[in-house]
Amino acid sequence: MAAIAGPGTPGGRLRAQSPHLSKMERVVVSMQDPDQGVRMRSQRLLITVIPHAVTGSDIVEWLAQKFCISEEEALHLGDLLAQHGYIYPLQEPYSLALRPDETPYRFQTPYFWTSTLWPAAELDYAIYLTKKNIRKQGALVEHEKEHYDQLHKKINHTWDLVVMQAREQLRAAKQRRKGDRLVTACQEQTYWLVNRPPPGAPNVLEQGPQRGSCTVSRVQMIQSSDFYKREIELSRKALGRTRVKSSICLEAYLKFSSQHSLHDPIMSGCLPSNPWITDDDTYWAMNAPMVAVPTKLRVERWAFSFRELLDDPVGRAYFMDFLQKEFSAENLSFWEACEELRFGGQAQIPDLVDAVYQQFLAPGAARWVNIDSRTMERTLEGLCRPHRYVLDDAQLHIYMLMKKDSYPRFLKSDMYKGLLADAVIPLETKRRVFPFMRKPRHSSPSPALLPTSGEPPATGSTAGGDREG
Amino acid sequence: MATDGLHESETLAALRSEAESLKGRLEEERAKLHDVELRQVAERVEALGQFVMKTRRTLKGHGNKVLCMDWCRDKRRIVSSSQDGKVIVWDSFTTNKEHAVTMPCTWVMACAYAPSGCAIACGGLDNKCSVYPLTFDKNENMAAKKKSVAMHTNYLSACSFTNSDMQILTASGDGTCALWDVESGQLLQSFHGHGADVLCLDLAPSETGNTFVSGGCDKKAMVWDMRSGQCVQAFETHESDINSVRYYPSGDAFASGSDDATCRLYDLRADREVAIYSKESIIFGASSVDFSLSGRLLFAGYNDYTINVWDVLKGTRVSILFGHENRVSTLRVSPDGTAFCSGSWDHTLRVWA
Repeated sequence: MAAIAGPGTPGGRLRAQSPHLSKMERVVVSMQDPDQGVRMRSQRLLITVIPHAVTGSDIVEWLAQKFCISEEEALHLGDLLAQHGYIYPLQEPYSLALRPDETPYRFQTPYFWTSTLWPAAELDYAIYLTKKNIRKQGALVEHEKEHYDQLHKKINHTWDLVVMQAREQLRAAKQRRKGDRLVTACQEQTYWLVNRPPPGAPNVLEQGPQRGSCTVSRVQMIQSSDFYKREIELSRKALGRTRVKSSICLEAYLKFSSQHSLHDPIMSGCLPSNPWITDDDTYWAMNAPMVAVPTKLRVERWAFSFRELLDDPVGRAYFMDFLQKEFSAENLSFWEACEELRFGGQAQIPDLVDAVYQQFLAPGAARWVNIDSRTMERTLEGLCRPHRYVLDDAQLHIYMLMKKDSYPRFLKSDMYKGLLADAVIPLETKRRVFPFMRKPRHSSPSPALLPTSGEPPATGSTAGGDREG
Repeated sequence: MATDGLHESETLAALRSEAESLKGRLEEERAKLHDVELRQVAERVEALGQFVMKTRRTLKGHGNKVLCMDWCRDKRRIVSSSQDGKVIVWDSFTTNKEHAVTMPCTWVMACAYAPSGCAIACGGLDNKCSVYPLTFDKNENMAAKKKSVAMHTNYLSACSFTNSDMQILTASGDGTCALWDVESGQLLQSFHGHGADVLCLDLAPSETGNTFVSGGCDKKAMVWDMRSGQCVQAFETHESDINSVRYYPSGDAFASGSDDATCRLYDLRADREVAIYSKESIIFGASSVDFSLSGRLLFAGYNDYTINVWDVLKGTRVSILFGHENRVSTLRVSPDGTAFCSGSWDHTLRVWA
């Protein structure tokens, strides 16, 4: 039939694309190790004795021990090995599920491994179905009958060959011992269960859309000198960059994680309760984007970094108030205008740039921002050909000014201290266990319903139902 | 002519060996400043206790494999897309479906919620990224207002809005990423450098810069400057396709999930891989990764139907979550970190907390 799967064969390519197959194969090989592998025994099936059988529970126990995992995980892994055809049941050969009991299994011969004999050939399937049909009338199940009829139509011209092959294989099989015949039949059946799964059964060989890593275009790409020239340039640039010692970088993770750990609902829970767990959405109401009284945790976060303060609309609003008291609110407004430019629509750029210039940069502007002369000069030059990044330098300058100067003062201010003192610490709402009443899950208005400038709010409720588009 | 061919192949071979030797030198330079392992630094950190996370919501309604999902900034709505072309917007808290659209193509591998919550973007085998404004008007057909924004020459694998509804970043099987103006469909910047399909991207939560990271079938993770289109950093330590990349919340690092069954952490300042999250019993590829709010936990969905929860600092696996009955294809933590949502080839989405 098919050649052994080297790198150039279809099977070899499948193995390269599906690293999990090679790994599964390594696992089943070690499971068959005479010393360290799963306990083998002979299995009696009616009057035949099949050697080298293992029980489902032994498989699970071996996997659990070998990988130091729970029985649940070991069963899951063993089941996947069975679903991929690396382990097959000796009885009830139609189901490839792994049962953690005395059910006997055997290891699939490498000849029939998924990665060896891939892709499954139509001709081989036709021969297999024909053998089944010949051996016992009515042995084919529904989906097999359908496949059989389809194939018969499709390769009608070589059907004589199919029947001949089938008969020959059956004749050769009769020469062998009953035990061997049974084993071969199981092995073959398992192979086809994996490659032609019955409807309703999982198709483990299903892949997503093909990825180009093995196609011609990649081969062409890595043979072009441009590709290597680019790689060389990238490496040269990388060699020139400054790096930070690992110890410093890694310490930063420790600091960040510990600082944020109480603010991480999955790690530390959240008050009054996690809406997903208690069905109570008070947490979201209390932490709404523009809430009147922010929670203590929220106000504390503003002190973690300047970005955290700006990212929070309530925090940013208070910061703006603070800047107004210091007569430097134009800095934040300028920064906001620059953000609008950077992330705005392409068509709005000229107007936005002009508006920013008039309001913040022109000599005698109403809200003139104090940028160093060199940056101002460069910016004003760039305004001749406005693009979305033309204010980047100025924006960075003002951002740094606020971060290094205004922000630290804000954190030390009476305003901030007052916000911390007034902030709310919600009381914990425990999950009601008895009497067990399902709390109604409140729906909320979709952001898409909220009126945007000029548009009236849409009518119609949000509760339930599909709205086909 | 024969001699030209010989010269060309000599040059090619010379370039290839130069590229290889430079990469080797780069690894040496990177190693010089690597004075400690994350594992060692994390010895001081308290170990995490037992973790109990359960499925709190199951969203049923897709008739086929769920391929992608994204959260709305309102922390409860999500958009999801599937193999049969259906894109659904849910209020996952109530499990109500609010909108549904059928794309004219199958395998909608990418979808994203707009920051305003008023639109969604999606695409897949149609090689495009389209934006649909969300409307509750019964008289309006959502498909009628569809805007075709991005055009690639191969499938769309990922898309994301930037800080506003007006720009979209896309990744494609054609090996490139691109930044688009939504209103006009104009290409603002394209990013070339991957040697094969780009499968994923994530925007940096940086305070001043405009960068994003992408991962591809060439096993490389690349960090890009959105303004110049240049690649500023590249990492090549995975042994197979990179299916998912996600920034650490501080923006100083990012995690990746790959078909080689590992997740890895790359630090941008140290310019190197600093952690590998792997286990011998984990054999199938990681399809999707995301951090908890504090960055202490990394959630990863795998092709073996499970979700593994990793302690980012200690490098150990904290928990394994069963429930899905087929590949986990997409996973995102909610914007306020109260839960995460996973989508699977078993046609369902689950919200875990």
